[in-house]
Amino acid sequence: MFDYYRQAIRISFVALLANKTRSFLTMLGIIIGVGAVIVIMAVGAGAQSLILAQIQSLGSNLVGVLPGNSGEDGPPTSAMGIVITTLTYDDAMALKLKKNVPNLEEVAAYSSAAATLEWGSNSFEGTLTGTTDGYLGVEGGEVESGRFFTKDEERNLSKVVVLGSEVKRDLFGDSEAIGQRIKIKKHYFEVIGIMKERGTVAFQDYDDKILAPIITVQKLIAGVHHIGMIRAKVDSPDNVDRAIEDIKITLRERHDITNQSGADDDFTARSAAQALDMITVITDALKYFLAAMAALSLLVGGIGIMNIMLVSVTERTREIGLRKAVGANNGNIMSQFLLEAITVTLFGGVIGIVCGIIISFVISVVANYLGYNWSFVVSFLSVFLAVGVSAIVGLVFGLYPAQKASRLEPVEALRYE
Amino acid sequence: MLINVQNLKKEFITGEVVTKVLQGVSFSLNKGEFIAIMGPSGSGKSTLMHILGLLDRATFGKYEFEGVDVTTLGDDELALMRNEKIGFVFQSFNLLSRTNVLDNVKLPLTYSVKKINIEKRAREVLASVGLEHRLNYYTNQISGGEKQRVAIARALVNNPSVIFADEPTGNLDSKSGIQVMEILQRLNKEGNTIILVTHETYTAEHAERIIHVKDGLIVDDQRVSHRRWAKDGEILK
Repeated sequence: MFDYYRQAIRISFVALLANKTRSFLTMLGIIIGVGAVIVIMAVGAGAQSLILAQIQSLGSNLVGVLPGNSGEDGPPTSAMGIVITTLTYDDAMALKLKKNVPNLEEVAAYSSAAATLEWGSNSFEGTLTGTTDGYLGVEGGEVESGRFFTKDEERNLSKVVVLGSEVKRDLFGDSEAIGQRIKIKKHYFEVIGIMKERGTVAFQDYDDKILAPIITVQKLIAGVHHIGMIRAKVDSPDNVDRAIEDIKITLRERHDITNQSGADDDFTARSAAQALDMITVITDALKYFLAAMAALSLLVGGIGIMNIMLVSVTERTREIGLRKAVGANNGNIMSQFLLEAITVTLFGGVIGIVCGIIISFVISVVANYLGYNWSFVVSFLSVFLAVGVSAIVGLVFGLYPAQKASRLEPVEALRYE
Repeated sequence: MLINVQNLKKEFITGEVVTKVLQGVSFSLNKGEFIAIMGPSGSGKSTLMHILGLLDRATFGKYEFEGVDVTTLGDDELALMRNEKIGFVFQSFNLLSRTNVLDNVKLPLTYSVKKINIEKRAREVLASVGLEHRLNYYTNQISGGEKQRVAIARALVNNPSVIFADEPTGNLDSKSGIQVMEILQRLNKEGNTIILVTHETYTAEHAERIIHVKDGLIVDDQRVSHRRWAKDGEILK
């Protein structure tokens, strides 16, 4: 029995080596399919970890409040580009009160508007972010020179701005910026501070920010009464859930919402952790969808294998007849051809895995070189999946040709020219 | 009795045309006999051999092999009987390409369920046909006569009850043909039962009994009066 399998395996290698080009081309379908699955899974995992790391870098004790209602897992309505005006500056101030939400350390409100900054003949187009004096406490970051605006300036329509390092460089070059007056729309703003260079955190470029008191931006630049968003920092990650509940209760009371289930809410309060979960769900779905697409190419590869195996059965009809004449039964013939098909796919699978891993590695090296914190992840699952699927492809698509071979009548097969 | 057939019939149906290849063949064969089945092409001798060799089934009639009614056996049982009881030598050798001599001879044993030393047995039978020096040659590296001797070794390896030789000298030069016939006669002397299928009277006269088949019927069945003995290197007339 052992000798039978040894011979069967040897025969399948002989058959494959007899037509090297053909075997390789047959395998190519499987190689590409398996390689694609591995690369997509690895790139997906790398991109996912990159996104998650970006968001985590903001801190897991951040809470965001957006206008408009949304389900537990769905994206906030404002993400769809719809402007909702239900959130106000006073809402943000209410959250800041310890009696309402005791666990909040700092609260910042945001309202932004597109703006062109002019200084002499220089200009800078960007987004003017109106915020509150709690900004630094929530977002982090340091003022490199000058100072941030005060609570008084926030309240009394002061025309002051704090610039990101990139804005300063573009607008002023090496000249001193502090104390200069720049023109936004028809108003002149005094530059009171320059932020220290910080780069991109959680997909936000902090260096091109133009910060001004929120009420100034609302009244003088944007001409609106509502605010775009509230962000708050909770004293400890453990208290995030409680803080969100307190925020909801406070805002419902202020907005005269009696339904405590959340169905009637005109705002959405979420923690960074919840946002993380949501993004993980989305990226996971994307990753598996792409992997499924790649697996489709395995199916095509499998059809190629079936085709070649059918040719092989026809070519080796006399051999099949001879084997039957010397005592091979249908099962022997069937298992021999199945083994051949599985050998092709497994071989292709292994080559595909190696290629896939190499390509994923190269991608991670290039990504790291380009400055992304990209991790090289080849999951055991993807390798297992690729090997398993390719073996199953061999089995399934080898079955029909193998069955055809096993059912040949010995006399007919021996007579075949 | 090794083989006993009664009123064996074989019909092929192609579309609506029924071709009657065997029209009622009856004969029996004892262990140790060397018979030749002779007849012109189209006489049905090949079909008869295929049925006797359990490669094909009769449409009608009785066939007992070593007392077993083989007409009722299933495909796998027939495969097992071919494996253990029957050896084939074909006109066109039917050796596996890209496979060496030794592995070719081992082939029937790899399908066997019996526990024997396959390697030893294969070397043994190859020595008995004088090919111990060709064990690792590939089948495309040896001569036609050697190929047929490999085929004989393969037929012998499972120690069968009967060896079928279908035109074994048909593709060989006369010298190689004589060598093959000599081996077959020696094997017969050693107790093997041999059924030779041929259309040549000359080759058939190496057997001890000739069955003439014509139009699907046995027209003559008698012992050879002047039997030929093949000896390497000379043609005896």
